[in-house]
Amino acid sequence: MADITKLLEISSQVRRDILRMVHAVSSGHPGASLGCTEYFVALYFHILKYELPFKMEGKDEDLFFLSNGHISPVWYSTLARAGFFETSELSTFRKINSRLQGHPATEEGLQGIRIASGSLGQGMSAAIGAAFAKKLNGDDRSVYVLMGDGEQQEGQVWEAAMLAGSKKVDNLIATIDYNGQQIDGPVDEVNTLGDLKGKYVAFGWEVLSCDGNNMEELITTLETAKSRTGNGKPIMILMKTEMGKGVDFMEGTHKWHGIAPNDEQLATALNQLPETLGDY
Amino acid sequence: MATKYTYTEKKDTRSGFGDGLLELGRSNPDVVALCADLVGSLKMGAFIKEFPDRFFQIGIAEANMMGVAAGMATAGKIPFTGTFANFSTGRVYDQLRQSIAYSEKNVKVCASHAGLTLGEDGATHQILEDIGMTKMLPNFTVVVPCDYNQTKAATIAIAEHEGPVYLRFGRPSWPIFTAPDQKFEVGKAVHMIEGSDVTIFATGHMVWNAIEAEAQLADEGISAEVINIHTIKPIDREAILKSVSKTKCAVTAEEHQANGGLGESVAQILVRNQPAPVEFVAVNDQFGESGKPVELLDKYGLGVQDIVAAAKKAISRKG
Repeated sequence: MADITKLLEISSQVRRDILRMVHAVSSGHPGASLGCTEYFVALYFHILKYELPFKMEGKDEDLFFLSNGHISPVWYSTLARAGFFETSELSTFRKINSRLQGHPATEEGLQGIRIASGSLGQGMSAAIGAAFAKKLNGDDRSVYVLMGDGEQQEGQVWEAAMLAGSKKVDNLIATIDYNGQQIDGPVDEVNTLGDLKGKYVAFGWEVLSCDGNNMEELITTLETAKSRTGNGKPIMILMKTEMGKGVDFMEGTHKWHGIAPNDEQLATALNQLPETLGDY
Repeated sequence: MATKYTYTEKKDTRSGFGDGLLELGRSNPDVVALCADLVGSLKMGAFIKEFPDRFFQIGIAEANMMGVAAGMATAGKIPFTGTFANFSTGRVYDQLRQSIAYSEKNVKVCASHAGLTLGEDGATHQILEDIGMTKMLPNFTVVVPCDYNQTKAATIAIAEHEGPVYLRFGRPSWPIFTAPDQKFEVGKAVHMIEGSDVTIFATGHMVWNAIEAEAQLADEGISAEVINIHTIKPIDREAILKSVSKTKCAVTAEEHQANGGLGESVAQILVRNQPAPVEFVAVNDQFGESGKPVELLDKYGLGVQDIVAAAKKAISRKG
C-alpha cells in the first residue's frame, strides 16, 4: 500500500529542488519537470525495484530510461532524494565540471543514468533493447521509459513502437508525458498527435490513461500496468500532466518550458511548496 | 611484374564478417546480432540458424536498431548490428553519436557495401563519407579490414575490444592475400612490404591495389613500402612516423572521400611531427555512380595506375 501522504511530501521537496536548481544557473527546463514530479516520485519511491549502489546492468532490477532528457532536473532531484548520490551534488547542475549535465549523460558515471538523452526520440529504442536483454537473461523485471508528447513527432519513436508491438515486448512499460505543450506552442497547433491512443492500439500496444498529477490515480495506473506485463503486449500509459504543476504562475503554459525563474519568482514559487525533507 | 603477395581465391569481405560472427556466437554467449532486413547481404544466415534466440530482426528501421543495440549493451550484451555502410552511419548519425558514442555503449556497428565497389546500385548506396563520420565521434574505434581473412579476424577481435566500434567491409569478390589464422590487433598497422623510397598507406580493398602498385613501381626501380592501416582510429602513429622517417614521403589509398578519410589522419600525424609530402588516392569531393567495381575505382582515380602515379609525384616532391 502506497503512503500517499509521504509521496506527496517528497514531491513537494523535489519541486523545490527543481526550481532552485534551474534558478541557480538561470537555465534548464522547469515546466515539464514540475509536471512529471509525481511520476518520478511514484517510480523511485514505490514502483521500481532497484538496488543501491547503482549497477549499470541492473540484473533482476526494474530499469528506467528517460527519453525526453531535458527534464533532467526532476530526475536528478528524485535520484538524489532516493539515495543514488548526495543531494549536495544538485547544486552543481549545469555548472562546469559537474556530473549533472544539462541533459543526462553517463560519461562521468552519475549513478542512475544508463544512457544519454536529449536529442529526442531515442529512449524507447534503448528501453526495448534492455527489455530484449532481460528476456534473454530470464530476468522477469520490467523496463520503464518516459517520453514527451511533442517527442512523438520524431520518426524513431514509431519505428520503436512498431517493433515493440510486433515483437510482443511485454516487459516494457512506456509513459508519455501528455501535457499538450511543446516549445513552439500547443502540440495540437504545432503538429497534432491526433488519436494517440488509437495509434498505439493499432501498433499492438495495451494503452492506459491517467492523471499524472493525481498521485493516487497515478500509483493505481502504474500498478495496473505492472500487473499487465507478460501478456503479449507492450504497455503505454498516456499520462495527462500540467506543465509547471505546483507553482500557480507556471501552470498550464509552455512559457516555462526552458526558462528559469528570477529571484522574485523563485521566492513566490517556493512559498507555495513546503520544505519537507530539507533543501540541499 | 610479380606482386609480393599472391592469391588463389577471391571472396567478399562481408563473408568474412558472417563467418567471424558465427565463430563468435559459439565462443561468446554475450554476443547478439541485429539486422535491418539485410541478413543475406550481410551473410548473417549461419549465425541466425545456430543462434535464433540471439538474433533480432529489427526490420527497415536503422535508427531504432542502433538504439535497441545501445539498450542491449546497457544490459551487458555485445550487440553486432548489420546493415549497409550508408545506413550504418549517415542515416543514423545522431543515434551513433548520442545513444552509442556519448553513452559509451559496447556496440559493434558492422557495415557492408561500403565505397565505390558496391558497384551497380550507384551513389545512393556507395557511401564515401563513413570513415570520416565515425572517426570524428569520440569513443569510436574505426576498423577497415582488407580481405576475407582479415575481416573474419577483425570481427572476432572487436568483440574483445570494449567500446563502440565501426567495422567497415564490402560487397565485391576480392583477392584473399592475408593469412587465414592471423591474429588481429586493433590499432596495430600491418607491414605488408618493406621499401625505402615511398610509403603507401592503404586501407580496405585498396591494400590489394597498393600491393599491385608496388610491383609496378619495383619494375621501374622504385622501392615502395606498403602498410595496411586496418584501424583508422586509433591510428598506429608509431608505424606511420617510423616508416616515413625512412622513406620521407607518403601516399594514402582508400575507397573514401579525401575529405575525412585515412589520408587526413595520416597527414595530421605527419604535419604535427615530421612534415613530408603526402599524395592522396581517394575520391575527390564527388558522388559515385553505377558500374562494375574495378571500372569505378579506375574512373574515380583509385586504380593501381593512380597509386603508381601518386607515388612518383610524392617522391618528386621530396626536398
